[in-house]
Amino acid sequence: MKRRDFLKSCILCGAAGALGVSGKAWGAGSFEGYPEGMGVLVDLTRCVGCRTCEAACNKEQKLPEPDVPFTDQSVFEEKRRPTERAYTVVNRFEPKREEGPVYRKVQCNHCNEPACLTSCFVNAYTKTKEGAVVYNPKVCVGCRNCMVACPFNVPGYSYSSAFNPVVKKCIFCYDTRLKFGRPPACVEACPQEVLTFGHRKDLLKIAHERIRETPDRYVDHVYGEKEVGGTSWLYLSGVQFDRVGFDTTLGNEPIISNVKEFLGTVPMVLSIWPALFTGFHLLSNRKQDHSDHGDSHSDQEDPKP
Amino acid sequence: MKRYKADGVATVDSMYKVSGETPAKWSLLEKLLLGLTPRQYLAQAVRNPFNWILAIIFAVGFPIIAGRFLFGLSWVTHSSCDYPWGLFLGFGLFGMVPLSSSGFQLGTAVEVFGRHDLEPIERLGLLNGLLGYFFAVCYLMVDLGQPWRLPYPMVVAWGPAAVLFLVAWHVATYLSVQIAEVSVAFFEWIGFPMGKRGVRRITLGLTVAGIILSTLHQGALGALFTYAPGKVHPLWYSASFQWLHFFVSSIPGGLCMVIVVSTIARSTMTWRCDDRFRENLDKLTITLAKGASMGLATYLTIKLISIAHDNKWEYLGSGWGAWYAVEMVGGVILPLVLFAYSIRNKKVGVIRFSALLTVVGVVLNRMNTAMFTFNWKLPEREIPHWREVVICITLYAVYITVYRFILCRLPILYGWKTADEAVPAAEPAKGYVGAAHPAPAAVGTYHSSVEEPITSASLSTMPE
Repeated sequence: MKRRDFLKSCILCGAAGALGVSGKAWGAGSFEGYPEGMGVLVDLTRCVGCRTCEAACNKEQKLPEPDVPFTDQSVFEEKRRPTERAYTVVNRFEPKREEGPVYRKVQCNHCNEPACLTSCFVNAYTKTKEGAVVYNPKVCVGCRNCMVACPFNVPGYSYSSAFNPVVKKCIFCYDTRLKFGRPPACVEACPQEVLTFGHRKDLLKIAHERIRETPDRYVDHVYGEKEVGGTSWLYLSGVQFDRVGFDTTLGNEPIISNVKEFLGTVPMVLSIWPALFTGFHLLSNRKQDHSDHGDSHSDQEDPKP
Repeated sequence: MKRYKADGVATVDSMYKVSGETPAKWSLLEKLLLGLTPRQYLAQAVRNPFNWILAIIFAVGFPIIAGRFLFGLSWVTHSSCDYPWGLFLGFGLFGMVPLSSSGFQLGTAVEVFGRHDLEPIERLGLLNGLLGYFFAVCYLMVDLGQPWRLPYPMVVAWGPAAVLFLVAWHVATYLSVQIAEVSVAFFEWIGFPMGKRGVRRITLGLTVAGIILSTLHQGALGALFTYAPGKVHPLWYSASFQWLHFFVSSIPGGLCMVIVVSTIARSTMTWRCDDRFRENLDKLTITLAKGASMGLATYLTIKLISIAHDNKWEYLGSGWGAWYAVEMVGGVILPLVLFAYSIRNKKVGVIRFSALLTVVGVVLNRMNTAMFTFNWKLPEREIPHWREVVICITLYAVYITVYRFILCRLPILYGWKTADEAVPAAEPAKGYVGAAHPAPAAVGTYHSSVEEPITSASLSTMPE
């Protein structure tokens, strides 16, 4: 190899390297939410499954009319999930026959370190200082990696739109309410005071207070306090969480922590590979530079690097 | 084509026609028609039953692809929120990319490690890489909600913490690198020696850039699944090893894909392969298989280590475990055993079968990770919509058609005849050899001082 060629390849590798550097790890790791972040405490023991919250959400977010009216209880026959037509749904569970059903409201939990946000390659998601995880439909390419990443299976996608499909999920009524310090529509509508709106850190105190005051009524755990790095929405339940549709195997590490092991290798590969392989090239082709192609003898066994 | 060749129709393998007293240049149209008259070309195309199969697939598939863009994704997929990634990505993107790692591997072997004995198959490896990536992107375009926004991560909004950001940048860059690598063959064919010379100069840089980009994004595709620790089944998931699994399995995947493609090309396009390719293919297949079995052995080891690392042995007893065993035994262990046997005994047929198994095994692994075992905790599995299947088949048929189109024309399976090869006595030509040059056989275009065409004579003197 000529010296000039070598320099050229160095420049090329450098350019390739520079491209990749921008992809370095950015995950914060132990971000515990903005200090003034808001949240909602959901007390499952109080919910009666009236679906008022679903109706309020539908109206506030101007979602399409549902197939089944909000007064119809037959929807509880099967387990539903939030979709592009309903940002929140209530599911019924019957963990113990004699004690009656338990209802659980599902919506975006507004994680402190959202997986959707960290997985998005166009930064369509933002965690606002009020605690909401909001979405910018103007830059979304539609890869749906956020839907794969969300540990709670929350984001829906408007698949039926041919020209402007976007992710649809609960945004904590950010644009219309939260921004102005008002509680989201579902909280305001709830007739049973299942939902309590407030600063997340205050809600945690309230939750633990309730458990302390009536330990018989609650499982001694606040779901969302630590799960996947903590969420803005917190839950209290009278039965084990895994029996009412919560995933209790998620762990307390934010999702991005799983990805860091790979992100950590990126700078290494970028800095070591060019030198390593151009070095290999020099070593294995030394003979040829002096003599010619005639004896391109080499002893490498396999062609893989 | 076979019939025409037997009848003495000349194939295009240099800039100049052989027939006639004065050698004349092939025109672009003649090159495109493989040196046949339009009537002959049409006749052979109609005669080929495979073309009819393709025609039927296109007739059904293209309207459905058009429908996907007119009526939206919900018209062709089950538009599930739980299974956002279906066949397009599970098969098209995650399955095609590992089979395309051949480009960087053969490039590395030849250009970096100086394994010039692999040269007859190097270009096939590069082309296989390029087309695989290109069609993986095509599958992605069908799957993306708003494919016209594909350049957004480059220009509009950056999400640099995301693995996908890395994938997007690296695939885009690597695609350009591969186009540059394959363009050498195109420049020869079109007759643009300047371009060829320019690319040859930066070959080493391109190759090393290819290694970096490949390592990172083959791995990054695996790392994409580390975003879903609770959804991918533990047997297919490993936070520490996921990217290594994807990267390492792409090594045998890519090499075996080249074995498979070269086998198909040799039996269906015999007329297009030159002696150098035909005579060396068996030897090359064994060499590639050696590489592939090293890759497979490494892959098997790290697969087992990852299970031991996270102590997931208990899952092997479940139904998922049985399916995992099918994938590992059929796609890794069996090929490994067959490779060991057939390399030792030089049974090239067994190697080829085993390569096919490996390819299927790698694709199965990707589809298992992305689709079959994804959301293993959810009660129902998603069966793809029939239109989704049709689109996948159609795109694959386009892939085969383009692949064949290029193999028939560009000097991939054959060497472009250059001046000094045809007229050894003549002085090394600088610049174009005039049309008046009296050449009995093919007359070449240009011979740069950088490239050294390896003739079959010099190859045969090489040690095995």
